[in-house]
Amino acid sequence: MSVIELRPIGIIAGKEFRDRLRNRWVLAVACVFTAFALAIAYFGSAQQGAVGFRSIDVTIASLVSLVIYLVPLIALILGYDAIVGEREHGSLELLLSMPITRFELLLGKFLGLAGALGVATVAGFGLAGVLILYQIGSNALYHYGGFIVSAFLLGLAFLSMAMLVSVLASDRMRASGIAIALWFFYVLIYDLLLLGLLVAGDGRFSMDFFPVLLLLNPADIFRILNIFGFDDVRQMYGLVTVFPETLANPWLLGGVMMFWIIAPLGVATWRFK
Amino acid sequence: MANTLIEIVGVRKRFGDIKAVDGVDLSIQEGELFGLIGHNGAGKTTLFKMLLGLLPASSGEIRIGGQPVRGEAFRQVRRSIGYLPENLALYDNLSGLETLRFFARLKGADTGACMALLARVGLAAAAGKRVRGYSKGMRQRLGFAQALLGSPRLLFLDEPTNGLDPHGILEFYSILNELRSGGVTVLLTSHILAEIQQRVDRLALMRDGGLQALGTVQALREAQDLPLNLRIVLRPGAAGVADSLRHILAAQGIGSVEISGDVVRFACARARKMVLLTALSGLGEGIADIEVHEASLEEVYLGYADGVS
Repeated sequence: MSVIELRPIGIIAGKEFRDRLRNRWVLAVACVFTAFALAIAYFGSAQQGAVGFRSIDVTIASLVSLVIYLVPLIALILGYDAIVGEREHGSLELLLSMPITRFELLLGKFLGLAGALGVATVAGFGLAGVLILYQIGSNALYHYGGFIVSAFLLGLAFLSMAMLVSVLASDRMRASGIAIALWFFYVLIYDLLLLGLLVAGDGRFSMDFFPVLLLLNPADIFRILNIFGFDDVRQMYGLVTVFPETLANPWLLGGVMMFWIIAPLGVATWRFK
Repeated sequence: MANTLIEIVGVRKRFGDIKAVDGVDLSIQEGELFGLIGHNGAGKTTLFKMLLGLLPASSGEIRIGGQPVRGEAFRQVRRSIGYLPENLALYDNLSGLETLRFFARLKGADTGACMALLARVGLAAAAGKRVRGYSKGMRQRLGFAQALLGSPRLLFLDEPTNGLDPHGILEFYSILNELRSGGVTVLLTSHILAEIQQRVDRLALMRDGGLQALGTVQALREAQDLPLNLRIVLRPGAAGVADSLRHILAAQGIGSVEISGDVVRFACARARKMVLLTALSGLGEGIADIEVHEASLEEVYLGYADGVS
């Protein structure tokens, strides 16, 4: 049985994090987040014939739609070549000849990338938040803070999946293909599939069973976490209205999200040979 | 007698149906410079990876310093092992010094010694330059410096002189000599046999995953019984010497003789060496010089290859 040492984990994490700072990945992603958040906050209600800043609830609801597309994609792109990239490049062998276990390497990579994603998320949406809150008041800080934290957790869940892809894929091309496929499935197809099931089933599926299916998708967990609290936006989302109050406990949802962050990493550790 | 540092007992490695390493038994002594030769795909690199614990053996046992090459105990052993992989890949976005510091931290070695190490391999001037701009030779030097981090007791060097210019190769072996005088054990592979034949204490010839031959270069030569190559220079103007020499050679059954001017070349069976030299001494002043050349390691290598096919 191997002992887990923190030192090599920290060294690997530090390198990954610094690499993303140096190649301006963190800066670029933070800028994208800020720009999109400001644009949505300002133009989000253009469909209703007006522009300008509205209530924080509506703004967060619009941001949620953006984040659901953007953050999983960014997290998957960030992590898909973490291991397979080193393997293909030829540096993995030298790394593994060091006094470090595979788990430590994997966890170090994950934490370093998570740090980069976290800084980009907090800085990007944080800066936008400061600008928005100036307009709409500080009492919405709590909601907005929750939104940022849950967006980060969503990113971690997909980063964790990306690490698993990175361990399993035989080359970078395949890894990127699988990563994009995962994004399509969880972000674009999954809800449609559930809706289709619901409609085709014509009431034969139990409404107790259905919400559990939503928990199998971290993107849906993120959506529920953010908009369940707001009555005025709930009707904007078809799926979420079928979600029972009992399952809408933020701690339960957060717990399921943690499972989504830990489980793929666990499988990746197991399969990393 | 030195202690055994590396013990390899009945080690096999299969990749599906392919037997990459097929029953290797080998012990390497502390302080030895051991060469591993063989054609591409003979199993050298696979054996290296198993020695480093990067690949588990399908069967058999490897111990380094008495420890099996896995688990927590081997992590400690790894700190005292330097490794230079065959296809070295470093991080293009880091400078030479940053690269060395990163690996030094991972290895638990002194990061303060990195600059001195870079100077030792001739990279002091390029320390702050990104590896992206390094030539093949510079990368190889940096890889070697990496292997020397933390004053290792054992070095695994897979094609270490790959990409080095003649000057770099000499520098490499001079550093290796210094390390060896400090008792470091070295296991290296090379395709350039002329380079290692004078330097290794012992070598093993790998073929199809097994050890085809094992011993000192001299022992391998004798086992092959390859003929010696002689070069005789006749004294110019010495009358009748050429004819006398021809008679002696004919009497020894040496037919294939190459003569150009005063220089005579021919091959002679090892067993006839002393008889022939005694006969030649009878020519006295007529001979200006005699050179006896042992078969080169390349000839030994080819001899083993022919012996199989």
